[in-house]
Amino acid sequence: MPDQLLFAMEVTLNGLMAGVLYALVALGFVLIFKASGIFNYAQGVMALFAALTLVGIMDGQVPFAHLINAIFGTDVHHFGWNVPAILAIALTLGVMVLLAILVERLVLRHLVNQPDIILFMATIGLAYFMEGFGDIMWGSDIKKLDVGLPQGISETVESATDAIFGYGFFIDRLDMVATVIAALLVIGLTLFSQYTKQGRALRAVADDHQAALSVGISLRFIWVLVWSIAGFVALVAGMMWGAKSGVQFSLSLIALKALPVLMLGGFTSIPGAIVGGLIIGVGEKLFEFTIGPMVGGATENWFAYVLALAFLVFRPQGLFGDRIIERV
Amino acid sequence: MLYREAGDFKTSYVDDGQTFPIRFDRWGYYAVLAIAFLVIPFVINDYWANAVFVPFLIYAIAALGLNILTGYCGQVSLGTGGFMAVGAYACYKLMTSFPDVSIFFHVLIAGGITAGVGMLFGLPSLRIKGFYLAVATLAAQFFLVWLFNKVPWFYNYSASGQISSPERTVLGYIVTGPNTHAWAKYLFCLVILVLLAWIARNLTRGSVGRRWMAIRDMDIAAEIIGVNPLTAKLSAFAVSSFFIGVAGALFFSVYLGAVEVGEAFGIQKSFLVLFMIIIGGLGSILGSLAGAAFMVLLPVLLKNILVGQLGWPTDLAAHIEFMIVGGLIIGFLILEPHGLAQLWRLTKEKLRLWPFPH
Repeated sequence: MPDQLLFAMEVTLNGLMAGVLYALVALGFVLIFKASGIFNYAQGVMALFAALTLVGIMDGQVPFAHLINAIFGTDVHHFGWNVPAILAIALTLGVMVLLAILVERLVLRHLVNQPDIILFMATIGLAYFMEGFGDIMWGSDIKKLDVGLPQGISETVESATDAIFGYGFFIDRLDMVATVIAALLVIGLTLFSQYTKQGRALRAVADDHQAALSVGISLRFIWVLVWSIAGFVALVAGMMWGAKSGVQFSLSLIALKALPVLMLGGFTSIPGAIVGGLIIGVGEKLFEFTIGPMVGGATENWFAYVLALAFLVFRPQGLFGDRIIERV
Repeated sequence: MLYREAGDFKTSYVDDGQTFPIRFDRWGYYAVLAIAFLVIPFVINDYWANAVFVPFLIYAIAALGLNILTGYCGQVSLGTGGFMAVGAYACYKLMTSFPDVSIFFHVLIAGGITAGVGMLFGLPSLRIKGFYLAVATLAAQFFLVWLFNKVPWFYNYSASGQISSPERTVLGYIVTGPNTHAWAKYLFCLVILVLLAWIARNLTRGSVGRRWMAIRDMDIAAEIIGVNPLTAKLSAFAVSSFFIGVAGALFFSVYLGAVEVGEAFGIQKSFLVLFMIIIGGLGSILGSLAGAAFMVLLPVLLKNILVGQLGWPTDLAAHIEFMIVGGLIIGFLILEPHGLAQLWRLTKEKLRLWPFPH
């Protein structure tokens, strides 16, 4: 096989893996959008916040150490213990649930019946708030996240492909784990929403708020539930990205990439988020590979957005989204 | 007592339709203009110009521009930073290509070029609405910043990839470059702001503005009563981008002097200007100015209190600023979705009755 084609195949595979990670973040968006019609801009920052909290708990950092030191002139930073990863993940999940309850209490409850765009802007405010809050709580330096996920290049794949094509593919083990986890997550969420009582209630709310209320479903509980699940998805995404490139501010910017993924896949469709993520992941890697060198590289910054923009002009609801019907 | 329409007789339609129908307001407006033009230039120093007045004036122009698009025409845009970059680079190319022309015209032409680019990126708004459009404008943001980073022609092949503004004059006074005076920068920006605010006010209360507002309130209904969405939306994008381009040109040439595009015109700038109009008031000229003043003063104030008075580290102050800004945005959206401008409107209603409320 010609080298170019093999390169392109490797790039495509890596793009698929990156796409899975985009899809993970996008999943959180879809969940919240379906259940409450809110386009949650803060999803990316939630991933960052979850990852920060996880690292902080694992390393036994004192929360708000920076602030305490500044006020009282002390010098505290660590409790001096290390929490095992499983326990830390459980604790972080607890924090995300608490966050969901607070968001519902303090923000969403007061913004019922507002236009969508107001809610969208409120989540931008939330994103800013949480960014500052996370930094104050855990410090803003770049942290290493190590929860025991496999790292590095997979030799198995390299030797196997070397045997078949005479050329070893470089694939990150972490990406493969991420793919498996994403697949499990999607299956789990689908089962949850199809076969459990809460899942059915959730779909009912997504379908029609008022009708759901009238059959006795508590909107507030559902919102807390959905934001908690979104927090959980954010935690998973934050763990993956954090293990890949360190826990830092740019994590929330990577999450911005989930937006074009959503637009491509449609805001209301879980499979759409996955397919959209894969398309964007492969598309931007292939574009960088073929066209990138001609125009100076770093096209990954904008390719996803332009692709989504071009796509939307022809199909405003995305690939799998519900048809948009407007009435006067 | 003073704040009444009573006794202020309007005898023509022009009088009746004026911007400040209450005499007290009118005099207040003249007084503010008089202070801005006749007092501040004589007392301003470098610190006040660079920390407060010049950024305020420039952001006010940008906020006016975004408010026209988002507040009046209902099209949310997150591409403000990118469009400001277009203005800045257009101004830079003009300044270096035509050194003999007054920079006043460079700034205006830079605005015109941005208007063209804005219309181009506004085209999808005919098909895409709401936050779909907001995300689509992110394409403009990232693409434009990337473009100015990667194409050396835009920064005249300079080694650092930065652009820096050469010394240029208006009517013989230096307004850009290191040798300029604080008052010259201030007056230059002030004149442009007053001019543009006057244009914005008169556009938005005329037929053009009404078309924008009809589109904002419900675009299908507007179309049915005969508003052409194509011209209405594109004109909003054009006017808005013109303002934002002018702001970008001033931001680069007068305020910063040297610019690295990703840093100065990144996505953060888009959000900053969006926050200005949310806090100030969507669909209000006064609100744009108030929001810009608020968002410029808040960091200065916080920095003075937290770092200057309490002696906290600057990064902590920056994080707290993030929290406060985020909290304020949510707070304003919950308590007063129409922002500072609405607070002022309510105060005026109260003032008209004061001190005899019945």
